[in-house]
Amino acid sequence: MNLLVFVKRVPDTESKIRIAPDGQGIVEEGLNFIISPYDEYAVEEALRLREAKGGKVTVVCVGKEEALLILRKCLAMGADEALLIKDSAPESFEGLRVAAAIASLVKQRFPNFDLLLFGKQSFGADNAQVPAMVAELLGIPQVNVVVKLIIEGRNGVAYREIEGALEKVVFSLPAVISAQKGLNEPRYETLKGIMAAKKKEIPIIPIDELGISEDFLTPKMEIIKLEMPPTKKAGRIIQLPPEEAAKEIVRFLREEAKII
Amino acid sequence: MWLVFIEKREGKIKKSSLETLAETSRRAEELDLEVAAVVVGSSFENLTPLWVQGAKKTYWLKGEDLEVYSPEIYAQVLYELIQQIKPEAVFFAGTALGRDLAPRLAAKLRVALVSDCTRIIISNGSLLFVRPVYAGKALLTLKLKTKPFLATLRPNVFPLKEIKDENIAPGEIIEKTIGLNYNGPVAKVVEIVREEGAELDVTEAEVIISGGRGMKAAENFNLLRELSTLIPRSAIGASRAAVDSGWIGHQHQVGQTGKTVCPNLYLAFGISGSIQHLAGMSGSKVIVAVNKDPEAPIFKVADLGVVGDLFQIIPPLKEELRKALAE
Ligand SMILES: Cc1cc2nc3c(=O)[nH]c(=O)nc-3n(C[C@H](O)[C@H](O)[C@H](O)COP(=O)(O)OP(=O)(O)OC[C@H]3O[C@@H](n4cnc5c(N)ncnc54)[C@H](O)[C@@H]3O)c2cc1C
Ligand SMILES: Nc1ncnc2c1ncn2[C@@H]1O[C@H](COP(=O)(O)O)[C@@H](O)[C@H]1O
Repeated sequence: MNLLVFVKRVPDTESKIRIAPDGQGIVEEGLNFIISPYDEYAVEEALRLREAKGGKVTVVCVGKEEALLILRKCLAMGADEALLIKDSAPESFEGLRVAAAIASLVKQRFPNFDLLLFGKQSFGADNAQVPAMVAELLGIPQVNVVVKLIIEGRNGVAYREIEGALEKVVFSLPAVISAQKGLNEPRYETLKGIMAAKKKEIPIIPIDELGISEDFLTPKMEIIKLEMPPTKKAGRIIQLPPEEAAKEIVRFLREEAKII
Repeated sequence: MWLVFIEKREGKIKKSSLETLAETSRRAEELDLEVAAVVVGSSFENLTPLWVQGAKKTYWLKGEDLEVYSPEIYAQVLYELIQQIKPEAVFFAGTALGRDLAPRLAAKLRVALVSDCTRIIISNGSLLFVRPVYAGKALLTLKLKTKPFLATLRPNVFPLKEIKDENIAPGEIIEKTIGLNYNGPVAKVVEIVREEGAELDVTEAEVIISGGRGMKAAENFNLLRELSTLIPRSAIGASRAAVDSGWIGHQHQVGQTGKTVCPNLYLAFGISGSIQHLAGMSGSKVIVAVNKDPEAPIFKVADLGVVGDLFQIIPPLKEELRKALAE
């Protein structure tokens, strides 16, 4: 199978976010960057499919050169190849630009792909947009928020999470899948993998060499401001014998919060 | 005109869609604009809630193959409707379906989409969207430069209008039979697989009773389930530590790699309040936490923090709740 996985470089989820003085983004200095958490499930799923069915896994990131680090990590996990679409634009919280870059790349360089794998949502933009947009731009089916995937020949069955249930979805290849936690347990890099990854070349393609039409690239959102959320005023803390604590909780819910 | 996509589940209109309609019609009024709803498929039992929540008319897209959701086909029929009626904005509830469909439509229209909006502001006649980013660690206010504006609205954030059905004049229903001229490949839903017990999903619950590593074992989640049976529209949540220990399914996980929730009440038992957990629940309207460690970070966001052993507090709490709810 010809498998493509898309990974984004994002701030470590542990990190404390600071807003840049211009209110247009975050201060990146001092932050640790990682592969967006859901994307690791996508990488793992692609590796398992290749192990079961043969083929090749290529990992792609759209972003700055610093993202080579996460691509190298994917190679160390076992991906065959990696590729960076170099885009120096700051985080724009827009899905369409990245989706157009991915769709152009796939059309130009990977016309015979079988499956495109994504995370269900990237940390930061928290958009959950790019996978469905890519599917639309390529005119192929999509299944998002997938927790179980079965591929047989040219057909797939995916279970996707909805409110309180799973949808069983059938589709044919090529297709777009986005991964939800629960799909698998991502593996760690091995020492051998890390050594092998060091030797691999990662091609870099500037975003403006992909022939993307201008109307995709022009910004479609204007950031008015990025700010910290209002801090909640500190609540009350009580330490009472269990019966009294229980009474106090119920009294609070009734009289103060007016919930019951 | 603004258009609101209305989602149904088993023939019934989803509450999150009604919230979306209610909020957008409140905002549209400020601009002297009308809000219309769009429903897709043949089986809608009762459209009254749409008039109640502010729709003046409803476009009803009928046609073969429209009964079961498919992102490819739904995006196509909405696209065709939008070409015909040219709305200024199109809104969706930020549900599993809304967040699957809206980006596909945005790409078809070549426009930007605001995901998971939690506030709509009208400022000098223009529309501003506010949404959490970085898992709620920051708030983004933005303006769109492409039209129609597209946005998904986070469930459980916006209040419904409380108007009695009798006081509402029904709006206009405009039926449209859309011939399916989409012949691309589609992903087809063939079955809905319910979880055991078919509990309410955390994203839809008004009250979430959540357990963490402090619950100690899978069977102890029954304590939370017992509380849940007392409280209407409540669901069970969990921290990642509890999920990773195999005590409860990951669909219950709240947080960064779990679900983002904003119930009226979040009750946390034995959850420390890691930054990733807070990312998913700090938007809850009221937070009550029980933890034996007085230094637990969850107390920083709790409206009421109870220092104590959850195993000692839950039994009397159950009794007190039973009494209070019986009254
Ligand atoms: C990339 C990434 C993503 C993550 N995503 C998520 C996520 O989506 N959701 C999430 O929850 N976590 C997430 N985590 C994990 C997170 O960092 C924490 O490890 C996790 O939230 C801890 O869960 P916990 O509070 O249940 O356990 P702990 O931190 O171990 O806390 C247990 C608490 O229970 C209390 N306790 C113990 N016994 C009792 C008792 N008898 N009575 C009362 N209190 C008691 C203790 O005092 C303690 O505060 C993520 C981590 C990473 C790195
Ligand atoms: N800059 C990017 N480079 C590569 N893949 C991306 C990028 N942005 C988003 N994606 C992919 O699209 C998924 C959803 O992202 P988003 O729409 O931003 O929430 C991510 O989990 C990635 O798989």
